[in-house]
Amino acid sequence: MRFKPAWVLAAVMMIAAGCKQKQNTNEIVVGEFASLTGATASFGQSSHEGLVLALEQINAQGGVLGKQIRVITEDDASDANQAVNVVQKLVNSNNVCAVIGEVASKRSLAGGGVCDQYHCPMLSPASTNPDVTVENGKVKPYVFRICFTDTFQGRIDGKFAAGQNWKKVAVMTNVDEDYSKGLSNSFKKAFAGSGEIVAEESYSGDTKDFKSQLSRIRDKSPDAVYVAGYYNEVGLILPQAKQVGLNVPFFGGDGWDSPQTVKLPEAQGDFYSDHFSPEDPGPEVQKFVKAYQAKYGKTPDAMAVLGYDSMRVIADAIKRAGKPDRQAITGALAQTKNFPGASGTITIDAEHNARKPIVILQIKNQTATLYKTYPPE
Amino acid sequence: MTLHDLVQQLIYGLSVGATYALIALGYTMVYGTLRLINFAHGDVYMVGAVVGFYIATWLAAHGAAVWLMLVLVFAGATVACSVLGYAIERFAYRPLRNRPRLVLLITAIGVSLLLENAFQLKWVFGPTHQYYPQPIKTALLYPIGLLGLTRLDVLSLFLSLALVGVLTWIVLATRTGLALRAVSFRFDTATLMGINTDRIISFTFVFGSGLAAVAGVLNAIRYQVEPLMGIMWGLKAFIAAVLGGIGSVPGALLGGLLLGIIETLLRGVFLPQQYTGYADAAAFVILILILLIKPSGLVGRTAQEKV
Repeated sequence: MRFKPAWVLAAVMMIAAGCKQKQNTNEIVVGEFASLTGATASFGQSSHEGLVLALEQINAQGGVLGKQIRVITEDDASDANQAVNVVQKLVNSNNVCAVIGEVASKRSLAGGGVCDQYHCPMLSPASTNPDVTVENGKVKPYVFRICFTDTFQGRIDGKFAAGQNWKKVAVMTNVDEDYSKGLSNSFKKAFAGSGEIVAEESYSGDTKDFKSQLSRIRDKSPDAVYVAGYYNEVGLILPQAKQVGLNVPFFGGDGWDSPQTVKLPEAQGDFYSDHFSPEDPGPEVQKFVKAYQAKYGKTPDAMAVLGYDSMRVIADAIKRAGKPDRQAITGALAQTKNFPGASGTITIDAEHNARKPIVILQIKNQTATLYKTYPPE
Repeated sequence: MTLHDLVQQLIYGLSVGATYALIALGYTMVYGTLRLINFAHGDVYMVGAVVGFYIATWLAAHGAAVWLMLVLVFAGATVACSVLGYAIERFAYRPLRNRPRLVLLITAIGVSLLLENAFQLKWVFGPTHQYYPQPIKTALLYPIGLLGLTRLDVLSLFLSLALVGVLTWIVLATRTGLALRAVSFRFDTATLMGINTDRIISFTFVFGSGLAAVAGVLNAIRYQVEPLMGIMWGLKAFIAAVLGGIGSVPGALLGGLLLGIIETLLRGVFLPQQYTGYADAAAFVILILILLIKPSGLVGRTAQEKV
C-alpha cells in the first residue's frame, strides 16, 4: 500500500480532537488529591468523605455562579512522588481552577510546589507543618490552609504537658515526615522551660518494631511520652509500649486522629491535640455532625470536618472571585474573612494560615472526648 | 547498657529475624530452581496475614478458645497461601518459563502490584490497618517471665527452626528433595533424567508460600495487618536471603536471624537515640556491602558461570 501522508494527518488530527478535554461550560472543575490508599489512608478517606458531603450540599443549593461544581479526585497512595504526578495531571490535563489537598504535610509540600509553579491555587485542609505555606520566610503565593500550624500546636502540647504536671517527657519522632520533625521540634522548644526531655527516640515510616526504642525510653522512667507521629505509627507504638512494660500516658498531635486510634484498647486514657471535637455544641458543628452521620452512619473525625470546610471555603472563594479563574480565586482565598466553618471561624492571615483554637481530646470508652480547649494565639 | 538489656535486645532481634528467615526461604527456594527473584513473595506473606485475620475475627466472634483460633489461623493461612502460590506459578510464571528472564521478573512485579492494590479494595480488605482479636494478642504478646520473652517470640523461633528442619529433611532425605536438588543443579539435564520439573517447581512455590503465610500471621499478631505490609518486610527478607547466600536453605535461616539481630542492636544499642530512625536503612547498606564483598552470601557457594 502506498503511504498516504494525508490519511495519517487526518488520523492524527482525529485522535488529537478526541483527546482534547471537553470543557463543559456549565460546570466548574475543582481538583482534589488525597491519600485514599496506602499507609495513611484513613486521612484521605475521611477528608474525601467530608469534601463530598460539602459538594453535594453546595450543588443541591444550585452550585456557585449558577454552575454546578465537579470535583476530580486523584489518589496519591500516601506517597509524595505520586502526589506530584496527580497534581500535575489535575492542573495541566484536567485544567482545574483550584486544588484541594492534602492532609499529610509532606504531600502538601510536594503538591504545593506544583501548584505554585503553574499558578493554580491550592487549599490544604489539614497540613500543619509551617513550611507548607511559608518556606524560608517567603509566603508561597498560591498555597493556603484552613488549619493552624505546628508552631502553635507544639506550643499548646508543651503547655498541656506542663499543665498535667509531667516533669520528664520522652519524645518520639518519625524522621521521614516533615510533619513529625516540625511538630516534635516545636514541642521540645515549648516544653523545655517547664520540664526535662529525658529521651528523644526516632523511627522511620517503615519501622514496625519499636520495642528497642520503647525499652530504652522505659529505662529513663518518663512521666509521659510524646509521639509526634501519624495514627498508623501510633497503632504500632502504643501496644508495643505496654508489652515492654512502659505504662505511662502517651500523647501527641492531630496526626493521631483516626477511627483506628480511638478503637485501640492500649490507647484508652491517652491524649492528643486536634482541630475539632464533635461534642462542640456550636450550631455549625452540630449541623455538620448530623449531616455527616446521616450520610455515612459514623461520627466524623477532624480530617472529615476539615475536608468539608475546605470544599466550602473554595466554593465561597469562587463565588467572591466572580469567575472560575485561577488568579481571581487565589486573590479571593487570601481575603477569606470570618468564614463560618464547621471546624471554627476561618480567616486566612497574611501567611496563608488560619488561626483557630486547639482542642485536647482524651480517648475514653473508644471515643475521643473533649478534655480542654485552647484559644488561638 | 546492662547484660540484661543486651539479652533482651537479642531476643527482640531473633524474634524479628525468625520471620525474615521464614520469608527468605521462599525467595531462596524459588531462586534455587527457577533463578527467579519472585517479587510477589512479600505480598503472599501479606495475603497470609489477611486470611488469618478473617479466620481469627470470625472465630473470635463465635467465642472460640485461643489455642483453637491459633491452630485454625495458621492452618487456614498456610493452605490459602499455598494455593495462591501454586496459582501464581501456574498461571503467571509457567506460560513464560521459556521467555527471557527479564519477562518473568517484570511479571513478578506485576503480580505483586496486583495483589497490593486488589487487597486495598474495600470489599477485599480495605486500605486501613486492622488488628487480630484481642484474646490472641493478650495471650501471645505479654512477657512470660524474665528477659521480656513473650510466647510469640518462642513461637516464632520454634516455628522457623522446625520448618527449616522439615525443609532440610525434605531436601536431603526424600525423592522430591533429590529431584529438587537435581533441578536446582541443572534444569535441562534434570528434565532429561525424567524428573517432572513442573511438579518440582510447583512444590517450591507451594511450600515457600506456606512458610510466608506462617510469617505473615506471626507478624500480623505482633504488629497489624495492612495490604502494604509485604513490601518492606518482603524486601528485607530478600536481603536476608542474599546475605545468607541465595539458593541456600541454611543460608536463609542464618541471613534472616542475623539481619533481625543487626537491626535491633542498631536501634537499641549502637545508634544514638536521635538516629534510631535510620536503622531501617541498615538492611540496604548490608545488601550493598554483601554484593561488593561476597556476592555469593555467607554460606553460598560461588558457582562458576556456565557459558
